[in-house]
Amino acid sequence: MRSWDLCWRQPAAARCWAEQLPRLWTVFDLPGAGVIELAGITKHHGPVRALGGVDLVVQPGSLYGLLGPNGAGKTTLLRILCTLLAPDAGQVHINGIDALNDPRAARGCLGYVAQEVAIDKILSGRELLTLQGDLHHLPRQRLEARIGSLTELLGMGDWLDRRCGSYSGGMRRRLDLATALLHHPPLLILDEPTAGLDLDSRAIVWEVLRRLRGEGTTILLSSHYLEEVDALADRLAILDNGEVIAEGSPAALKERLGGDRLTLRLREFSEAHEAERAASLLRDISGVKQVVLNRAQGNSLNLVISDAAVVSAVRERLTDLSLPVFSLTQSRPSLDDVYLQATGRTLTDAELAVASRRDLSAERKAAMR
Amino acid sequence: MTVITPDLEHSQPKVSDSAVPELLQETFALTRRLFIQLVRRPSTLVAGVLQPLIWLILFGALFAKAPAGLLPGEMAYGRFLAAGVIVFTAFSGALNAGLPVMFDREFGFLDRLLVAPLRSRFSIVLASVLHITSLSLVQSLAIMGAAAALGYGWPGGAGLLLVLLTLLLLVFAVTGLSLGLAFALPGHIELIAVIFVVNLPLLFASTALAPLDFMPTWLAWLASINPLTFAIEPIRNAYAGNLGLSQVVLQAPYGNVTLGAALLALAVLAMALFLIIRPLLDRKLS
Ligand SMILES: Nc1ncnc2c1ncn2[C@@H]1O[C@H](COP(=O)(O)OP(=O)(O)O)[C@@H](O)[C@H]1O
Ligand SMILES: [Mg+2]
Repeated sequence: MRSWDLCWRQPAAARCWAEQLPRLWTVFDLPGAGVIELAGITKHHGPVRALGGVDLVVQPGSLYGLLGPNGAGKTTLLRILCTLLAPDAGQVHINGIDALNDPRAARGCLGYVAQEVAIDKILSGRELLTLQGDLHHLPRQRLEARIGSLTELLGMGDWLDRRCGSYSGGMRRRLDLATALLHHPPLLILDEPTAGLDLDSRAIVWEVLRRLRGEGTTILLSSHYLEEVDALADRLAILDNGEVIAEGSPAALKERLGGDRLTLRLREFSEAHEAERAASLLRDISGVKQVVLNRAQGNSLNLVISDAAVVSAVRERLTDLSLPVFSLTQSRPSLDDVYLQATGRTLTDAELAVASRRDLSAERKAAMR
Repeated sequence: MTVITPDLEHSQPKVSDSAVPELLQETFALTRRLFIQLVRRPSTLVAGVLQPLIWLILFGALFAKAPAGLLPGEMAYGRFLAAGVIVFTAFSGALNAGLPVMFDREFGFLDRLLVAPLRSRFSIVLASVLHITSLSLVQSLAIMGAAAALGYGWPGGAGLLLVLLTLLLLVFAVTGLSLGLAFALPGHIELIAVIFVVNLPLLFASTALAPLDFMPTWLAWLASINPLTFAIEPIRNAYAGNLGLSQVVLQAPYGNVTLGAALLALAVLAMALFLIIRPLLDRKLS
């Protein structure tokens, strides 16, 4: 048998593992060689710019978080990765496979858990899993064994043979996770996997993700919960308005901000000019590294300070200036501060601002094939 | 502890993989899903038989006392009607082919199919064709049985083959049309509207209920280019035992149509429709 013949006959999933193994070696001397490599991805939905030139590299075996508020472009980016959507421009490589040129090979390497779970209500969970396994061309015996082990892992035993129509949100999500894992994908892509989940299901999802990562699966997940990304991710990118505004490990990102946080509210709702004046005056204090005005939170001020001793200096200065103090709270930097630093608003506020503006049913219609 | 990710054993390439078994596996799985849906929600199947059955009984009764000799070859009206209703059954069954596809588009299930490394995305189309073909043939056979029970006759062995072949060609053509609509139209409401609007007028503007001689010229013209007529007349002849390909089955305003020509027209129509919708399917399933 000729060698190309052998290659062609390999199932796609096996091919991606085979291709990943040598890459694991090259990773160390070839910076930037990742399981996922996105370069210059742009995408418009009609007039709306969803992505404006995204570069992203995900290293093998890591859990990568894509953090961003509603409308940031997370789903668009993940759908491009999964070959469901063609970018306007840019390069997509998965396991070294050019996903735009050879989408079938790329598909074999990945498991995808979509944001909105599409299941066939009439099928039972087992029937859906069997269908999915057949679409991945798994041999029947291996498929059945696999369904057995995933059922156990995800705690689906009691309801696997019931019709999907009767499942709760958490059950659907777990079933969907199982369908994505059926073919042992080396790369798992999840779009807001725990959004709206009950605590039990969320705990199970987190545990499974940690375990998969421990066993070498590369995971890319999007989330608008910063706690989730903070807790799970080895590395993350913050996506805002279609652009990556910060990238690194959670610790490094927070570290880069440096120091402690101080949130100051002059009044419950301060006037902008008063807050701005206070901001410029507080900047002069030595030990205050930065002052950001948060317009969405009643013009509160977010200060980065070098150490706790600066707090009293700030208090004194405020008294000297006879500025009122509604509240003054100190905290360690969080990912929200990273976001705030870059955009001037908190993630929660960005989330609220967009959520009401989006017409999801119109978007769903526009996204229909 | 269960290992969720592959060990090296899984990474070994399987030996026996080639395109054909994989194509069969995915097409079979997709078809099975459609059949599970059908069995658990049999209302489409039942309604698809009930409606033509009512036509058969009501129209048969309505014209039961039509003067003898009214129809060509002294045919009783029930016998005349049966061929029309059989074709109508297959036609309306196949017209629904696009509905499951449309729902998959709307609910995003299609995305689930498309992230899988299918050998060919044509298997999605093929599964629909297999499903709807067997469904409409079963429905038509049920109506043929009912017609036989009502005393409207039964085609002999070769006649039955001709009936099935004719129905098959028509079903392919209509399935192509319906699948094309399912990808071209924006939603199931629009699709159902089109199905509703197309269904009955095509029946009335054919030779299902009355022969060409009964029609004003404009309607006779319409009926003589209506694909339903091209299926009805061969079946009527199959029931009458006239199986020769050169047998004239329709005296259309533009000339005589033989049985062979009618079948050829249906086959060409089916092929043309699939060729026309192909770019659309390629785009939507890419
Ligand atoms: N199908 C669509 N049609 C029109 N606009 C869309 C569509 N999908 C997404 N958008 C817009 O593109 C932007 C990014 O959306 P999305 O990728 O869904 O973000 P996220 O997943 O981060 O919430 C948003 O402004 C959204 O309104
Ligand atoms: Mg999203």
